[in-house]
Amino acid sequence: MGALSIREVRKSYGTTEILKGINIEIEEGEFLILVGPSGCGKSTLLSMIAGLDSITSGEVHIGGRKVNDLSPKDRDIAMVFQSYALYPNMTVRQNISFGLEIRKVPKPEREKIVAQVAQILQMEQLLDRKPSQLSGGQRQRVAMGRAIARDPTLFLFDEPLSNLDAKLRVEMRTEIKLLHKRVGKTIVYVTHDQVEAMTLGDKIAVMKAGEVMQFGTPQQIYDNPANLFVASFMGSPSMNFILCQVVTLNNGVGLQMETGGQTHVFPVNRASAALSAYVGKQVIVGIRPEKITHKVDFLAGAPSFYVAEAQIEISEPTGADTLLMIKINDKNIVCRVHPEYAKLQGERMAFMFDMSKTVYFDPATEARIV
Amino acid sequence: MADTSNTQTQGASRFGRYVIYTLLGLVCLYYLLPLFIMVSTSLKTLDDIRSGNLIALPNEVTFEPWKEAWGSACIGVRCEGMSVYFWNSFRFVVPAVLISTLVGAFNGYVLTMWRFKGSDIFFSALMIGCFIPFQVVLLPMARTLGELGISNSIAGLIFVHVVYGVAFTTLFFRNYYVTIPDELVKAAKIDGAGFLRIFWRIILPISTPIIVVSIIWQFTQIWNDFLFGVVFSSGDRQPVTVALNNLVNTSTGVIGYNVDMAAAIIAALPTLFVYIVAGKYFVRGLTAGSVKG
Amino acid sequence: MSATPSTAAVPGVSNSGKFLDSVERFLPKLVLAPTFVVTLLFIYGFILWTGYLSFTQSRMLPNYDLVGFIQYQNLFDNERWWVALKNLAIFGSLFIAGCLAIGLGMAILLDQKIRGEGFIRSIYLYPMALSFVVTGTAWKWILNPGLGFEKVMHDMGFADFTFDWLTNSDMAIYTVVIAGVWQSSGFIMAMFLAGLRGVDESIVKAAQVDGASLPTIYWRIIIPSLRPVFFSAVMILSHIAIKSFDLVMALTGGGPGFASDTPATFMYTFSFTRNQIGMGAASAMMMLMIVAAVVVPFLYSELRSSRRG
Repeated sequence: MGALSIREVRKSYGTTEILKGINIEIEEGEFLILVGPSGCGKSTLLSMIAGLDSITSGEVHIGGRKVNDLSPKDRDIAMVFQSYALYPNMTVRQNISFGLEIRKVPKPEREKIVAQVAQILQMEQLLDRKPSQLSGGQRQRVAMGRAIARDPTLFLFDEPLSNLDAKLRVEMRTEIKLLHKRVGKTIVYVTHDQVEAMTLGDKIAVMKAGEVMQFGTPQQIYDNPANLFVASFMGSPSMNFILCQVVTLNNGVGLQMETGGQTHVFPVNRASAALSAYVGKQVIVGIRPEKITHKVDFLAGAPSFYVAEAQIEISEPTGADTLLMIKINDKNIVCRVHPEYAKLQGERMAFMFDMSKTVYFDPATEARIV
Repeated sequence: MADTSNTQTQGASRFGRYVIYTLLGLVCLYYLLPLFIMVSTSLKTLDDIRSGNLIALPNEVTFEPWKEAWGSACIGVRCEGMSVYFWNSFRFVVPAVLISTLVGAFNGYVLTMWRFKGSDIFFSALMIGCFIPFQVVLLPMARTLGELGISNSIAGLIFVHVVYGVAFTTLFFRNYYVTIPDELVKAAKIDGAGFLRIFWRIILPISTPIIVVSIIWQFTQIWNDFLFGVVFSSGDRQPVTVALNNLVNTSTGVIGYNVDMAAAIIAALPTLFVYIVAGKYFVRGLTAGSVKG
Repeated sequence: MSATPSTAAVPGVSNSGKFLDSVERFLPKLVLAPTFVVTLLFIYGFILWTGYLSFTQSRMLPNYDLVGFIQYQNLFDNERWWVALKNLAIFGSLFIAGCLAIGLGMAILLDQKIRGEGFIRSIYLYPMALSFVVTGTAWKWILNPGLGFEKVMHDMGFADFTFDWLTNSDMAIYTVVIAGVWQSSGFIMAMFLAGLRGVDESIVKAAQVDGASLPTIYWRIIIPSLRPVFFSAVMILSHIAIKSFDLVMALTGGGPGFASDTPATFMYTFSFTRNQIGMGAASAMMMLMIVAAVVVPFLYSELRSSRRG
């Protein structure tokens, strides 16, 4: 029995459809990420799971129970909000125990739970403060504590880290991950940050314009994006997209790439069969920056590798890697090179393209070809 | 060169400051003078008033005018002073203020946190109620109060002031509550709290500032009202403002300017007191109440 | 975490909760209902009712036979109504102009980083806490022709000085202006001051860097940016002016004769002391239209600008 199952869920306001038939299923204890650009409907979907927004059609099941017509309090969920939504008039202790009090949990029990939660989140010393006396990170912690105290079947997180500064965000990210490991409960987590999505999720649903573009594990989504949107949305720096002509090459097909006035024909071993239908037409080639690197001699001859020389337009050292920008088919292409091998801006160097993980999209439909 | 111009501007600006402070001081006098005249006149004997002049201090301070204004001045045919009417005002102002504030708080809560189809239209329709000249409802209201059997009664005045005060209190609370994030109510809903519990336990405890604003605004408005008082009450049921007007315009015998002034101060004291104690909230109410949005 | 009783309680809650849930759903509307009914009846219903009365011959008691526009005709044939309208025009324009000038002037002066600003501000504002009846009573005494301001001038040696506006038919309405401006200008000052404080300081700094003098900055940059405040202030002041009833009653009683009548006192006199309910209703409807003529353009521009923003 799935912990959360979303079946053909739709939401419309008047004639505008916000969600266009969402299907997602996750198991007990899984960490589900809903990710997408703003306005994609991810927060609306979360609100509908919580019962804060009505479901136009379709079904939502939590722990095997259909919850469409249940009010939020009967869905056995807890939620952490972007603005934390701590009750300003109550102390941290009261904030955490408010939900328990409403559920008529006896006082000694409540106190025990508050103490437990405070210990888990290491905020015993904050219990008697008001939210206004807390820092952003502490408020975040209290908001999570409030959710944990309720011990629900399902946790909902609505962009919980987006109000924190960059450093704290990374810290809290780790903390949430640890918490998930410790509590072992099912979590649905909404974010627009693809790094958060990749690092936290067991499963990711990438959404755009009210539809799930792809649903899978982080690695599946990273390696095998279903379409151009998913490929461009996930990963930082973003995947390179090169529009190029498919030509015949030996027995199979090749891709025409032009850089610095010189035309190369890249071989496509893996995808040859699928691309043969495109000979004479154009395809979009997607290649991650880390797959374009300096020339490694012992690999250079191997089947899926191709070496081409190009001029470095811009160089951006990030410390661990240096991002070099080159031009292919008049498009800026980012390459991730070890700093030791990176040459300077304006210089030419040999780049090695690893074509084994390259993905191909149809320019018209933006759908994945292979 | 630069130095001289610098000292020049400094000198000019110092002169400018004197001008500014002088002007501000004069304006202060302009605002304070009537109050001073009221107080000093109220402490003068009638002889003193006739022989001395307006802005002079009393030759000898007398509290007789105050005693008379409070307890024995003739208003209409009754000679019992302002006290009856002063307490009258309290008897309808306090309930009217409390009821309209409570209703306004509930309305504001619904109109921001529990919106439904048509609630925005209703709010706009209600706001128009802030703008109508009340003359347009006087005749029907006089008749309705009669039908309800509460004409010329404290209950009638409470009713009228609540009915026409709710638009303002709703506006106050609604504008205050729109600044509270929706997520707070959502969190409470998920915690299992319902409509009333969210209101009493979460929303009301954080509403203190706007409750104060609303109470002060309503208190000042209703206490100072004259139109409803003069139309909907008569005799010994009238509010203090109407009594003051009657006292001043009763032209029997000698005109007691000193008694008039004492009575005027008596009528003004409660609102002045509120202003001195809670001026900050008073100003906030003024701007919130009169500047829409 | 160990399971809390909340999990166990869930099915129970959801069963018995069905009924409560539906109550819960209607509760917000239920709470709003009294205000809804009251607004509908006592604002919109009463406007219609008054409108209806204005088309009848009602005198002391309402009479519900429609007679068309006779009351409006009578109203506009009535000299006293014209005096009231003229007075409203005089009082309205001078009151608004006076309050704006004093209010803006004082706000600019107070904005020069004045020591004791809070104290000065509270002095300017206290008249707003007073009833117009109190204000009227006070100014009635101050402007008293025999013993008031006139006598002060006499005592100061200006023996020929006369100040009899209160009893002078041509001038009585101007005493209302004086008292009205005294009471309301402080409030307008507070509005302008709030507006001045809202002006982006970096714009002022930029202008200073450009070499603009302080008066130029005020005249060319700051005051134009106060446009919305001017708007609100004019709206509020005209509203006060149109509704002005208590001040006139306390200060002049509409007199001498009916020389300082305004539409508000006219409506009161005809409806409640002269038993001409039909005419009173017609004048009330005219007041409503005057207010609408002021408020509707204001609301319209507000809505437009808020939609643009």
